[in-house]
Amino acid sequence: MSAADLADAPRRQSSLTRRVAMHVLLILLALGMLYPLLWMIVSSLRENSAIFSDASLALRNLSLDNYSRGWDAQQNSFATYFGNSFLITGLAIVANIAACSLTAYAFARMTFRLKAFFMAILLGTIMLPEHVTIVPQYVLFSELGWLNTFLPLTVPKFFATEAFFVFLIVQFMRGIPRDIDEAAALDGCGPFQTYSRIMLPLITPALATTAIFSFIWTWNDFFRPLIFLTDNSLFTVPLAVRLFADIGGTDWGALFAMSVLSLLPIFIFFVFGQRYLIRGIATTGLK
Amino acid sequence: MTTTILEGQRLRAPSEPPRRRPAGRRAIAPYLFLTPWLIGLLAFVVGPMIVSLYLSMTDYNFLQDPTFVGFDNYVRMFTSDPRYLASVGVTAVYVLVSVPLQLAFALGLALLLDRAIAGIAIYRAVFYLPSLIGSSVAVAVLWRTVFGADGLVNSALGLLGIESTRSWVGNPDTALMTIIALNVWTFGSPMIIFLAGLRQIPRSYYEAAEVDGAGPVRRFLNITVPLLTPIVFFNLILQTIYAFQAFVPAYIVSNGSGGPADSTLFYTLYLYQQGFTSFQMGYASAMAWVLLAVIAIVTGINFLLSKYWVFYGDGDR
Repeated sequence: MSAADLADAPRRQSSLTRRVAMHVLLILLALGMLYPLLWMIVSSLRENSAIFSDASLALRNLSLDNYSRGWDAQQNSFATYFGNSFLITGLAIVANIAACSLTAYAFARMTFRLKAFFMAILLGTIMLPEHVTIVPQYVLFSELGWLNTFLPLTVPKFFATEAFFVFLIVQFMRGIPRDIDEAAALDGCGPFQTYSRIMLPLITPALATTAIFSFIWTWNDFFRPLIFLTDNSLFTVPLAVRLFADIGGTDWGALFAMSVLSLLPIFIFFVFGQRYLIRGIATTGLK
Repeated sequence: MTTTILEGQRLRAPSEPPRRRPAGRRAIAPYLFLTPWLIGLLAFVVGPMIVSLYLSMTDYNFLQDPTFVGFDNYVRMFTSDPRYLASVGVTAVYVLVSVPLQLAFALGLALLLDRAIAGIAIYRAVFYLPSLIGSSVAVAVLWRTVFGADGLVNSALGLLGIESTRSWVGNPDTALMTIIALNVWTFGSPMIIFLAGLRQIPRSYYEAAEVDGAGPVRRFLNITVPLLTPIVFFNLILQTIYAFQAFVPAYIVSNGSGGPADSTLFYTLYLYQQGFTSFQMGYASAMAWVLLAVIAIVTGINFLLSKYWVFYGDGDR
């Protein structure tokens, strides 16, 4: 396909053959990208002996045996790991929505000394590699007796440490007419009331984006749980899935079954929250 | 949108006199709003950064008090730690190869999808999905099997008539390539940013150029390319910073070792090994600061170079 076609594309109706060719290309590429995932799903329903001898997606002799075996294959049942992950991600969502919107309101709507300076710091922390703070955080949480608890994974989020979301919400608030909060102030609303009663309902799309990304990032997070959790009964789902891989992965069926389950909540959020996800990336460059 | 909002809010009648807040309360309100963030910033970011900078100049094994050693850790890294240098090499190759490839895919697909085609939402979703799960343990596990000796890649090669029993993840020459492939696979999120950028180029530019007699090639090179360079730059900065910090795929593919033969010993993986398996926490802190400095320098160089290729227009877009 030439550059000429590309430049011309948006405004011209392509000929039928060209359109068909493009769809064929895109469909092949999409299938190629999804094939490993689809194969993992099908393989999770196959017997171990059939997994590596069959690279196809043929739906023969399927059963849920791998799922029931995988569910109890580790020291604790996967119910425990899923419970841990859901608790941590649930708290992360609440924390990010509350703390980041509160902080964002100050940056978007209030005047205070050194505002530009603080904004620069906020943006700087977005790009800061977590490795620069992880060792002292480990020491701090150890002093506080928080190792092997969910506190290191949740408490910082209540202090708006995921600055990405502050930025996202500030951007969204800037698009909301100031007349609205000025009217509320004239009506006698204090700053907190304006924030909670006027602003929060208006920024629900941004809060939805925040909630979905909070869920996906926290759910996928591996580095921090790996460091802060060593007690198996506190493991999150990714840590538990990793245990299969650790023992040499002899039971591939069970490993695939639990891997598929570990991705399922993300798929669900993806399907229902796609609109907010796409908007979120397009405006801020979130991953 | 404004009107619906106003209707929905049932504001009180404007005849009611405005009540003024006491000045003092106004002045402190912003700080009350900022308090949680400021506490978090000090306790979990700035404080730890200062401590980390100090620890980077100590010998610290977590159990005993740190002993000050000056710049020894930094010197050791570059003079007597071959594994460190290996991790720098692995990470450099990963960033230099995977980021341009990923962005090339993202841009190519965005240009294809920008045509007004049926089903764009479905394609966009399918191409975006890998970005969401690319850093998950499950996908890394899948990758290890796909590129294993009896994995899908060898099966696909078999279909093409190429017999291969090579384990791509088990061979030091190809293990890093499999992780690069994983990063390229997650081109969906920069693709969506490119798509948003393409949508912002005013159609009138193309029409005006056409009236002036510019052919399709010239329109692409003189309108699409320059107006898209700020988006290319934005994606380049972000994806480079992310790539420097990649961890999960290397950890899972190599089972935490960085093997075979240190070929997947990513910088962050070696940092983790030093800090949290060998408990060389001073050394790990020094590594973290070098990482931060490198990311800052590379980002700075990108900004400097951007003067020569990024087109910001005349400011009235």
